[in-house]
Order: sequence, then structure tokens, then C-alpha cells
Amino acid sequence: MKSFFAVLHRDLLLAWRSRADLLIALAFFVIVASLFPFGVGAEPNQLRAIGPGVVWVAALLASLLALPRMFSQDHDSGVLEQLLLSPEPAVLWVAAKIAAHWLATGLPLVLISPLLGLMYGLDGASLAVLAASLALGTPILSLVGAIGAALTLGLRGAGSLLALLVLPLFVPVLVFGAGAVDAASAGMGVSAQFSLLGAGVLGAVALVPWACVAALRLACE
Amino acid sequence: MNIFRYSSPQTFYPLAGRMAPWFGVAAALCALAGLYLAFFAAPTDAVQGEVYRIIFIHVPAAWMSMFIYVVMAFWSAIGLGLGTRLSFYMTQALAPTGALFCFIALWTGALWGRPTWGAYWVWDARLTSQLLLQFLYFGFIGLTRSIEDPRRADRAGAIIALVGVVNVPIIYFSVKWWNTLHQGASVSMTKAPSMATTMLLGMLILAFAAWFYSLAVTLSRVRSIILERERHTDWAQSEIAEKGAAL
Repeated sequence: MKSFFAVLHRDLLLAWRSRADLLIALAFFVIVASLFPFGVGAEPNQLRAIGPGVVWVAALLASLLALPRMFSQDHDSGVLEQLLLSPEPAVLWVAAKIAAHWLATGLPLVLISPLLGLMYGLDGASLAVLAASLALGTPILSLVGAIGAALTLGLRGAGSLLALLVLPLFVPVLVFGAGAVDAASAGMGVSAQFSLLGAGVLGAVALVPWACVAALRLACE
Repeated sequence: MNIFRYSSPQTFYPLAGRMAPWFGVAAALCALAGLYLAFFAAPTDAVQGEVYRIIFIHVPAAWMSMFIYVVMAFWSAIGLGLGTRLSFYMTQALAPTGALFCFIALWTGALWGRPTWGAYWVWDARLTSQLLLQFLYFGFIGLTRSIEDPRRADRAGAIIALVGVVNVPIIYFSVKWWNTLHQGASVSMTKAPSMATTMLLGMLILAFAAWFYSLAVTLSRVRSIILERERHTDWAQSEIAEKGAAL
């Protein structure tokens, strides 16, 4: 576990040192979410109805935008190869890199999401559910996205290819995440959606690092 | 006979060459028989009239598109597990046919939906998951085509095919669940199969036609892939020279 925390610490430190990049992704999230009223009109009831979906789609796109940076810098500088050559279990440090990536790019989205929900006129309970559903859902985005980021590492047109690869896989997260907020707004229970998102996180944590290591080994051959 | 004999591209190449025409003939015969049943023998549907005949193209295409993805995942798993090149070639030979059938299913579905539901597209669970399957096919093809190193392309494609096949049921159920939550079962495609025997027979024969067509096309495509990828070997070079001389 020492290598896990060492890589986690290093990646978080690197993220902090280049925090302008993270702020840009966050600004993208806010801008995308605030574009929709210009397109669909500012009618409050309509905005309240589409709010959860819009915030969730914006979060999806913002995390997609941040995905390439998960491995690309380390790939360019050769750190990734050294890590793969090291005797440390690769699954551990890959998991650490994904965790650090989520803490740096996913968590800020969760924290700022109630503000966006407020702009769409969601009530207090829905705002809490929105933040909670993003807190459960964005780790899945980072995990599943990590496979795509590893597979497209160093390719021409990696960005658009990454979108094509991972966005279809993000659909279930979007369905359950936005569905939870919709259910909360309608006064229904949200435990089903939260259980499914939680199951998604656990399943992804169990399976993704292995696939990701295999993809990274391919990219570094 | 050792079945693993044919896991080598060199021995599989002539075998595929011998099998492909037969599957092609079988596909043509099944298609003729099936289309005759579909357009001349099958009775007009009591509810939908003549338009229901799209089912004869639509359902075999949809079955095939889903089945081919599973077969791709199967060969990917074999390829990653045993390291056999031919498995990866098969995966890549299957993908365009799967994408084609997926597209046919979506297109005929839209043409069918317009007269029966009054809209080319509804956000029904099946339609939506079929659309996402199309994206999975495009993603696979896009990824394998944009990696220049063939070995990495093979394995990266195999990984994404396996990730996709794990996700297909999740996507299907999530979309189904989302749909029922939003608009209820206003459009249900899961009505009881109260079909006349000729209709069912025609559909099954056309499904076989789709199977044989996929086999024939995949085998010919895998032959091209084998030649392209094994071009550094002596046997492939002599084969290419022979084909070149024949032209």
C-alpha cells in the first residue's frame, strides 16, 4: 500500500502545481451548464425539469475533457515506463493514479454542482441528491474513462476517439445519476439509484485497474 | 485431427478460402427462399397491414448485430488469453459486418416506426441500446484503425470489445429502466409473438441468410487481413504474387 499512497501524493501534488488546468475544466463545466437556458429559454419550470440532466451531461463532458491528462504527461516524460518496470504491483499505482485524478477533477465538480443546481431552481433536497449522485457517479466516470485514456494514449486524434469510446459506456451512469435527482424532485425514494451507482463504483473498482494496466502495457511497448 | 491446426493463419487461409464460397451460396439460397416467403407467401398482418414486412429484414439484422458483438468479444478473450493472432484478425474481420447489420436494424426500424408509431425515432429502450451498440462498433473500428502498431491495435481492440460486452447488458437495463420511468410503456415492442407460421418461417430463414452472409463475408475479409498482416512471410508473399499474376 505504500506505493499506492506515494503515487497518490505525487499525483495530487502535480495536480496542485498545475491547478490552472483543473480550473479550466471546472470553468468548462460551469459554462456548458449555463449555456442551456440560452438555448431552451428561461422558463423556470422547464429549467427545473431539465436541470438535473443538464448538470449531469455537463459533468460527463467536463470529466471527458480532463481524461487525457490522466496518463499523458507521465507517458511523455517516461515516468509511466519506469512505473511499469518497477516491481511494485501495477494495479496499485494505477488505482492510485485514478483516485488522484478523481480527487483533482471529479471532486471539484461535485462541490460546485449545488451552485449550478441552484441556477436551475432545484430545491434544497434535490441539490443534496444532485451532489451525492455526482459524488457516487463521477468515480465511475474516472474509472471507466481511465481504460479509454490508457487505450488512446499517444494516438493521433486521441481526444475525439476517447469520446467515441467512453461516452456510450457513460450512459448508465447518466441514467441513474440524473434519475436519482429527478426522483428526489418528484418526492420519490432514491435508494434504488444510489444502490445501483454504488454497485457500479464497486464493480468498476474491482475490474478497471486490471484492464487499465493491460492497456498501459500495450501503450508503453 | 488437431483443431488447433487451424489457429495458424497459414493453414486457416486456404480453409477460409474453401469455406467462404459455400457460405455465400447458402446465404443466397436462404435469402431467395426467405424473401419469397416474406413478400409473396406470408399473409398480410391484421393490424399493421403490409408495412410489417420490414420485420423480415429488421429482426435478422438486429439479432445478427448483437450476436456478432458477442462473437467479437469471444475471439478477443481467446486472443488475449492464448495470444493467437488469428483470433484478433477474426475480431477485426467481424466488426464491419456487425456495424453494417446494426445500421440496417436502425434504419429499417426508423422506416418501420414512421407508419406504425408515427415517428421515425422514439426513445424506446431497444432503439436506444441499439444506437449505443452502433457507437460501440464505431469505437472499436475507430480505435483499431487509428493505432499504427498492429500488435497494439489487436490487443487494444480486444480490450475495448471485452469492456463493451460487459457493458452491453448494463446499458440495456439502464436504458430500459430509464425509459419506463419517463414515459411508461407507450411503445411496447414486446408484444406476444402471435405470428403466423409462414411469417416465423420466413424470418428464421432470413436469419439464417444473415448468418451465412456474415460467415462468408467475414471469412473473405479475414483472408485479406491475413495476407496483409502476414506479408513478411514466404507463403503469404508467394500467395500475393500468385494473385497479382492472376489479375
